[in-house]
Amino acid sequence: MSEYKAILKTISIISLLGLIFAISLSITFEKSNPIIEQNKIEFKTKLLNEVLNGLDYDNDLIGTYIHIKPNELLKNKTEKYAYLAKKNNILQAVLIESIAPDGYSGEINILTAIRSDGEIIGTRIIDHKETPGLGDYIDQKKSSWISNFDGMSLNNRTDPDWRVKKDQGTFDYKAGATITPRAVIKSVKNTLLFYKENRELFND
Amino acid sequence: MIKEQIQDGLWRQNAGLVQLLGLCPTLAVTVNITNGFALGVATIFVMMLSNISISPIRNYVPESARVPIFILVIAGLVTIVDLSINALSKPLYDALGIFIPLIVTNCIVLARVEAFASKNSTLPSLYDGFFMGLGLTFVLIILGAVREIVGNGTLFQNLHFLIGEKYQFLTIQLFDSSDGFLLAALPPGAFIALSALIVFLNLVNQKK
Repeated sequence: MSEYKAILKTISIISLLGLIFAISLSITFEKSNPIIEQNKIEFKTKLLNEVLNGLDYDNDLIGTYIHIKPNELLKNKTEKYAYLAKKNNILQAVLIESIAPDGYSGEINILTAIRSDGEIIGTRIIDHKETPGLGDYIDQKKSSWISNFDGMSLNNRTDPDWRVKKDQGTFDYKAGATITPRAVIKSVKNTLLFYKENRELFND
Repeated sequence: MIKEQIQDGLWRQNAGLVQLLGLCPTLAVTVNITNGFALGVATIFVMMLSNISISPIRNYVPESARVPIFILVIAGLVTIVDLSINALSKPLYDALGIFIPLIVTNCIVLARVEAFASKNSTLPSLYDGFFMGLGLTFVLIILGAVREIVGNGTLFQNLHFLIGEKYQFLTIQLFDSSDGFLLAALPPGAFIALSALIVFLNLVNQKK
């Protein structure tokens, strides 16, 4: 009988503690979640505006998006949002997320803003795991390499231009870290291709 | 009594250098002072809270189920700290990433609950949690400082994530970051810096 009592005691103490923590966790969650969500939106707005490089638009950017299904060019495995910047209800630019799966370590998440004529306004690395001090110069926090893309389009550049100088292209690179820029360049180019091939998606 | 906890926490039983508990976050996070400091403070919080939560109920905790109960308490507290940091500073939260939830698995927290709080009354347990955490924080800050200077040529990088954008000027650039010694910023550099600290501590102890 005393054995049962001991088990009962253990169970009730664990349940009681579980209850106490469940309550305090839900209170903390209720208090912090609105702030966390707000932070996320602010962070995203800041990022989108940075990529848009001061482009004039008058719509609610965060609220204007279309769904992009997983596809071969953008390499997204899950459905992603593409944001639309409009002025007087006319499409000015689209912001498309792409993934470069062939970086040096892991995937590189890229955000590209394309003007409606197909020219790149700006590109930013959202997230990467490249080697600090080597491959991470693609990150705008470390160098301005990423702004090389500004103004490029499929029309005003030929195929070989979308390469690093080592491969007879136009992009600078850092010796010892060519895999990273190659991956980024390929992914950005594919993003332009995706926009070219799927224009009708953005015009509804 | 409190003197004992200060000496143990900061030197004799230092979590990072003597007990060598919680090495995973110690080594992984300390790429700069800010990260080390922030994770240290989060750990202090969790250790103080877990110690004072366990200590008052220590006589009611059945011996056979004590570890699940300790983990339940620690995991709950860590989740609260995790949510709070996320709400307080998103960039910092992104920088510390997985290591805040991983405080749950930081052996030093469980070790102090098991070795101290479950055997002592509440006030000494509070001191123990605080000074053990503080000792670990000092180690994290020193490691962060060394790795940041050697690896990146800066001091107080990213501190503005913690105290606000307008304090960005606090970052000191000692030399161009591309001249930094990359090894120091990578995980092996953390091991080397930590071992140098342990050597220093043992040298001082031997001299005594």
